[in-house]
Amino acid sequence: MIFLGLPLYSVIHGAFTTDGGSLTFQNFSTTFSSAADMSAFKNSLLIGLWTALLGAALGTWLAAAVLAGNPGGMVQRVVSSASGVLAYFAGVPLAFAWIATLGSTGVATVLLKHIGINLYSGGFTIASLTGLALAYTYFQIPLMVILITPALEGLRPQWEEAAQSLGASKLSYMRHVAIPVLTPAFVGATLILFGNAFSAYATALALTGGTIAIVPTQINEALNGNVIANQDRVGLALGVEMIVVVAFVMIGYWMVQSRARRWLQ
Amino acid sequence: MSFDGGLGLAARGVVPLEPVPEAEQPRPRRRQRPRLWRVTIFVLAAIYFIGPQLAAFKFSLVLSDGKYGLGNYGQIIQNSALRDALFTSLEISAITAVVVVALVLPTVVWIRLRAPKLTLLLEGITILPIVIPPVVLAAGLEQLEGHSPQWLVSLVFNHALTGLTPFYVILALPFSYRAIDTGVRAIDLRTLVDASRSLGSSSFSTLTRVILPNVQTAVLGAVFLTVALCLGEVVIANILLYVTFPVEIIQVGQETGPGVQVAVSILSLLFVFGLLFALSFLAGRKRGATSTRLI
Repeated sequence: MIFLGLPLYSVIHGAFTTDGGSLTFQNFSTTFSSAADMSAFKNSLLIGLWTALLGAALGTWLAAAVLAGNPGGMVQRVVSSASGVLAYFAGVPLAFAWIATLGSTGVATVLLKHIGINLYSGGFTIASLTGLALAYTYFQIPLMVILITPALEGLRPQWEEAAQSLGASKLSYMRHVAIPVLTPAFVGATLILFGNAFSAYATALALTGGTIAIVPTQINEALNGNVIANQDRVGLALGVEMIVVVAFVMIGYWMVQSRARRWLQ
Repeated sequence: MSFDGGLGLAARGVVPLEPVPEAEQPRPRRRQRPRLWRVTIFVLAAIYFIGPQLAAFKFSLVLSDGKYGLGNYGQIIQNSALRDALFTSLEISAITAVVVVALVLPTVVWIRLRAPKLTLLLEGITILPIVIPPVVLAAGLEQLEGHSPQWLVSLVFNHALTGLTPFYVILALPFSYRAIDTGVRAIDLRTLVDASRSLGSSSFSTLTRVILPNVQTAVLGAVFLTVALCLGEVVIANILLYVTFPVEIIQVGQETGPGVQVAVSILSLLFVFGLLFALSFLAGRKRGATSTRLI
């Protein structure tokens, strides 16, 4: 906690003070009046939102499909190992796999060109927001599989049987039992996915070389003085604003999490 | 499950005496004709997840002169900068893993035995490092480094090993906590501890000689996740200007072209996948199918 708290404290302290050490809100108003910073925030929020929704939907689907199969079977092993790799490890290697696929000389790009579709003439690049979202989804789906699997396992088969014995169809079981029970866990996991994409930077760094306008890029540039020197404290203010967003996400998560526990362990 | 009382038995936790007919009646039909919704998502997932990897593999085989060959993989071994960075990262991983296990295992045991109410709180905390932006952590660290006295800088920040390990420990704690907690939950902790105590062993030897062997797969899972995290973390290392393995992967492209980058990426992905995949077999062998999920 000390090691996590100390850097955070130092960010917050730095953001609210001037170089001389007195209290100021100047750094924050600089970020709010900067068009580049604001559009970076919009991009980060958008990419978080889209990849979280997409990842959550597809991840739940995939997890359900895996669980319906043979427990301990090959499919389950492969999917769970692969999920671990992609969700926790794969920032940089992942980016290069995508460059190899959809970069300007990537395999899929070249292949599509042969059949007459030129991706890059349509304005697409792997370093764009769309390209980044495509790459982010690649680790969002596995993370969702990891997060939602315990909840799906918590759905007891007895509930479905009980519903069926009372005359429920498959659909009405889903509508009246499974979905209500799963909703809090699903919402919680989606919030985490959002936070994950919102704060992720490794993939973007490797994929675009730090040129895409998302908040971490702006912080990095402010700290390293790539654009204007002595922007350190503005970078810190951006950091505090990120923390505020993440704090809201976490509060939401804790609220739904206590609900999720009512039925699922 | 059959309707003639089997439900009641199962609900009370009694294993029904004749599980065979009820387990097999609905199953064979499912196996013969895989459901459409399952097949659809598996096909989609296969295209989306395996496609880029295959593309990356083909890409890595193309040499800078346009011919096909394994030259890019040969260059990995010859590249000394990459090798040094890999060793740095492996050192960090090893130390981090040991520290993490030494911290987490006693904590989990203590909480399970003495303070089960804290479980909820800890599970909430374990989410934090996923959502706290690493770039903000790095920014804070840079600030700290700037304001630290000289002796602290030369002691801690001047070398990647001492500068990064404490923070990787923090980042790895939550994942390890989850992995080890799953393992400890699966054993009868209280009985084991009581038995060990009544035979006169100290807390330390209970931990190392009774509990540790019982949860070794979970501990191994925590170690592997920690290694994966340390080998993959790039944002903090990059901002603080330490040259670790992933940082070097990004830099190596500037000298050698993207082929080598992609080749290293594939190898490192395969390496970590191999670790986790092997782990799933270890876990499966010990306790049957239920605890294969360690992640």
